[in-house]
Amino acid sequence: MKIIVCIKQVPDTTEVKINPETGTLIRTGVPSILNPYDHFALESALNLKKKHPGFTVDVISMGPPQAKAVVQFALALGADEGILLSDAAFAGSDTWATSYALSMAIKKIGKADMIFCGMQAIDGDTAQVGPGIAQQLGLPQVTFCEHIEVEGKTIIAERHIDGGSETVELRAPALFTMIMPKDHPYAYPSFTQIYSASKKKFSIWNAQDIGAESHYLGLKGSPTQVSKIYPPKKETETQFFNVSAAEAAEKIVEIMKKEGFIK
Amino acid sequence: MLEISVKCIGCTKCVAVCPFGALSMSGKKAVVNMSACTLCGACVQICPVEAISIKRETASKDFSSYKGVWVFVELEDSEDLSAEGDIRKVSFELLSEGRKLADSLKEDLCAVVFAAKNKNYERILGEYGADKVYFCENEEFTVYNTDIYCAAFSALINKHKPSAVLFPATVKGRDLAPRIASALYVGLTADCTALSIRDGLLVQSRPAFGGNIMADILSPNSRPQMATVRPNVMKISQPKSGKIAILIREDIKIDKNMRRVKVLKRRMEKASSSLKIENANMIVSGGRGMKSKERFRLVEELASVLGAAVGASRAAVDMGFKEKSHQVGQSGVTVSPRLYMAFGISGAVQHLVGMKNSDIIVAVNKDPNAMIFTAAKYAFIGDAHQILPKLTEILKKGLKKD
Repeated sequence: MKIIVCIKQVPDTTEVKINPETGTLIRTGVPSILNPYDHFALESALNLKKKHPGFTVDVISMGPPQAKAVVQFALALGADEGILLSDAAFAGSDTWATSYALSMAIKKIGKADMIFCGMQAIDGDTAQVGPGIAQQLGLPQVTFCEHIEVEGKTIIAERHIDGGSETVELRAPALFTMIMPKDHPYAYPSFTQIYSASKKKFSIWNAQDIGAESHYLGLKGSPTQVSKIYPPKKETETQFFNVSAAEAAEKIVEIMKKEGFIK
Repeated sequence: MLEISVKCIGCTKCVAVCPFGALSMSGKKAVVNMSACTLCGACVQICPVEAISIKRETASKDFSSYKGVWVFVELEDSEDLSAEGDIRKVSFELLSEGRKLADSLKEDLCAVVFAAKNKNYERILGEYGADKVYFCENEEFTVYNTDIYCAAFSALINKHKPSAVLFPATVKGRDLAPRIASALYVGLTADCTALSIRDGLLVQSRPAFGGNIMADILSPNSRPQMATVRPNVMKISQPKSGKIAILIREDIKIDKNMRRVKVLKRRMEKASSSLKIENANMIVSGGRGMKSKERFRLVEELASVLGAAVGASRAAVDMGFKEKSHQVGQSGVTVSPRLYMAFGISGAVQHLVGMKNSDIIVAVNKDPNAMIFTAAKYAFIGDAHQILPKLTEILKKGLKKD
């Protein structure tokens, strides 16, 4: 089987700080990482490859030229081929335009049996690109998967639902979005792996390469538009206490009594 | 326009799958009757040779025929795959919010239900504000399936042309909404924390860029404008007893072959205890400031004395202090308990939007400029490591006395 994993480079958002005066983001010095959900999706694909001789795993990402780093990272972890979609025409794409571009690239790669995506990216949290790609390609989808087994052309997936889980069965080709299991120890490449990755096939494709219609790309092709960005507004009157720990503890108990949480 | 190319091999799969009988065979090729076609895309998905495509006319920008605010009504899942659950609470939250939007647009609020049987939906949903209920009755809807729901919902949208559609940001809503948005080439905004109407457009507010700032998002050039909203974000309005919505039955034929993903087994967790943060009355939460998994126990001890649930910020979860299921915020769970206590949480926007609807917020942080204080009613500038044990001790003594 041929597996394609869609990955994204994201800022390590736990490190992003806000400038309290201007309300803008301080992004300088924030490191970029492979989106953790995509990292798990990639590992899931590589595990299948280990188990089933003959399986291949390609990775594809869309982003500025520096996003090459996450594709190289994926190659070092064991992916066979890497593609980066990079073109000024893609800039400002929302989830619709992003799904369109990725689906055109996947069509160009051709003959994919399984497409893996992370459930969402930690910088946007939308979870919309995976299903968007599946729709564009006319594939069935299984979202929020935790585990996937393949037998011949039959796929059995364990997926998360609200308040429980499901086991589902389907046939390839199909698209899967992966959640992160609790306390998953992520794999990181060794120096030898990083070295060998530099010899693997890596291509950069632009909008023309994937045959995309330009009016579906970038800001122009995106149905959603950001109209305003602002710091969150304050909604509550805050009462401040700057007292010793003992006094604070007593004060909190007093508040809890007053508000009726304890007697 | 639906186009069938010369690639058609005459397999007739599309004829069987069309919910509206718009396709038929002429000679050895499929042909479409555009007056019956709703551009739902079911045939595009099933065609084995990619002979069918949908050509969308570029937006006419005249959206005057698009009217009404719709809400997707989600039903509860159960282990018994033949059983149909009750309406999920988030559906009432969306109806309450949708009612306000419909009122400011002076349009109807419509609920959309896919189910095998009508369980008095016109009464239940009417009381929560719906003017109309579009009810699609079919046994194939009992077990949720992406393709079936997407085709049926897209068809309804193409037929009735709503101006806005709200989905719950639940597993089902997040599985379905992007699929429909992709099929219809319309805008979809995920996890909105506030919705309003400005100049006739749906203003969709959500945290952006990792959640430290808010963004207002519009979809001005496509209809319907679609948004998902998390459970516990919108407040439920008082139901109006006796108000009955108009029930509109929609006849949609479903071909069994559309079900490409089969559910073999479903397991539901045991009846949720009050200690799950989603429905807890009190939550004691800790953040990066708790410093280590060992020190995080101070948070857990206080929670245990109070019988409260334990929450955690994203930083605390990332650092391994607590499991992901306890994470409060945009990337975790949105909560609205009566009491929320935050210890050592700085208060990134993505955390704040996940708990700001709590009735009373008490926050403890060393940094007087911590963002968490902007959401708090009671703000204590101090060391959580010192305050927590003292607080737990007082409460333990107090509870023993009783």
